[in-house]
Amino acid sequence: MSTSSQPSSFGSARSVLLWSGIAVLCAWVLVPIYLVALGAFGGRGGVYQWPKTAFPAGVSFEPFLLFLKTEGVAGAFMNSLGAAAVTVVLSVLIGAPAGYALARYNFKGKDSFRLLVLLTRAFPLAILALPLTVSFIRIGLYDTIIGVGLVHTVLALPFAALVTQGIFMGVPRELEEAAWVFGCSRPQAFFRIVAPLALPGLAATAVFAFVISWNEVFAASVLTVRHRTLTAYLLTVLAESPLHYRFAGGLLLILPSVIFIFAVRRYLFAIWGISSK
Amino acid sequence: MQNDKSWIPYVLIAPCVIFLALLFLLPLVQTIWLAISEGGMPSLANLQTMAGDLNFRSAIRNTFLLTLAVVPIQIMIALAMGSMVAKVGAGRETILWIWTIPLGISDLAAGLVWLSILQNSGYLNSMLFTLGLMERPANWLSYQTPIALFFAIAVAEIWRGTAIVMVIIVAGLNQVPKEFGEAAEVFGAGRWTRFFRITLPLIKPALQSALILRTVLAFEVFAVVYALGGSNMPVLVGEAYTWQNQNQNYGVAAAYAVLIMIISLAATFVYLKAVRVDPERLP
Repeated sequence: MSTSSQPSSFGSARSVLLWSGIAVLCAWVLVPIYLVALGAFGGRGGVYQWPKTAFPAGVSFEPFLLFLKTEGVAGAFMNSLGAAAVTVVLSVLIGAPAGYALARYNFKGKDSFRLLVLLTRAFPLAILALPLTVSFIRIGLYDTIIGVGLVHTVLALPFAALVTQGIFMGVPRELEEAAWVFGCSRPQAFFRIVAPLALPGLAATAVFAFVISWNEVFAASVLTVRHRTLTAYLLTVLAESPLHYRFAGGLLLILPSVIFIFAVRRYLFAIWGISSK
Repeated sequence: MQNDKSWIPYVLIAPCVIFLALLFLLPLVQTIWLAISEGGMPSLANLQTMAGDLNFRSAIRNTFLLTLAVVPIQIMIALAMGSMVAKVGAGRETILWIWTIPLGISDLAAGLVWLSILQNSGYLNSMLFTLGLMERPANWLSYQTPIALFFAIAVAEIWRGTAIVMVIIVAGLNQVPKEFGEAAEVFGAGRWTRFFRITLPLIKPALQSALILRTVLAFEVFAVVYALGGSNMPVLVGEAYTWQNQNQNYGVAAAYAVLIMIISLAATFVYLKAVRVDPERLP
């Protein structure tokens, strides 16, 4: 402030403006989540209460637990977890080596490979599940969790490859070369030196793969009939569900990914800084 | 010595290439072929069915209008968030975490969240009633109120999709050296001049990738529309879903998919040309 010629009252007015802007935007994010939670915990009575208040009576976990016990919900929840697990494992196992190659080697075709990975971004990938219905029926992957996981991996893989490239570039090459000098083989050097240093970033990549799969609606709905993921299940029963069930479903969808985003909040910006280059 | 190891990178990228070939390139070709063939022969029948579809025109119009309404507002809110948080010291992490929460929320969940606010006995009507602005609950989400429904869907999309833009833009802002702005200030540049002449050009790559990502996603809008309005407002992906799952007509569904892909590619191309990134001017 000392170098500024502005009077201090002007400065504090600005700071009031800044903080009210921040508060409004925080409320804009949080209040709707609070309201859908009220809807989920309010049950049938809460839905038709009129006019509604911000702090209603009669809110309890009971209606939400009742929703969880509804036939199909628990199964769909498990299916979503399964598809997300397949996505996480595949996208890290396939994406990380590709990212490592991009970070450490110069090879013929590197640019074409990068282009292939980047190209996927310009496409609405989930829509490519449409023709896969036919081929998945033929090879027995239709209506399976593995099938959904495979398609979700297409969504997560380009992201995983680009982010892991950035992560491996952040691990000094000299460390790895020193390990070679001291008699480590390349795989040994990778797993003993590089992998531990890259682990937090890899974990964050895995979390993103989870969130991508957990939230995907279109491909999961197209590729499943009986083994529906949570999003596909909710989409199909939406029209005939009572409102408080829909809100409970919405809340159930939100909870896990919010927790996961919280877990990786430190890496969010570093990762996006890398992957948007 | 390096030469005998030259196969290593190819082994490392092979799984990724094979995977993308089988589950990205192959279905891509299949979709195009499904759209432009009929019984194994090239044909325009599916495209004609699509173009003659009752919902076709309104689906195109709604999808484009939604994208045009949603993406610029998301970019502006994200830029505002980025510039605000840049001035904050303590509490910065918490604020950023709150603002990134919608990143983990699916479009289906976002639709359901806003349904709880906008349904007939929901919080918006309750608030308007309590304030005395309304006598009985209004219906915002029916086919008789297409404009209100459009705004409802746009608000839900803005609410959910701004987080990703904000993360990309804040990541971009983090890479802009402080000295640039300070130097401009020394030479007498005001706030807005600094923003438009220094900051904005320097975060062009971030802006570009945010625009591409958000626009491609906006053309894919579907579940939020369905959660809020059922089939009261047709959009392109919704039509593809209906033709595939309810009508079991994979050809017309593929025709819609091809149309969506062409629009997405065109938008990406426009952004790559319009938001030119000059590598020499970057820090």
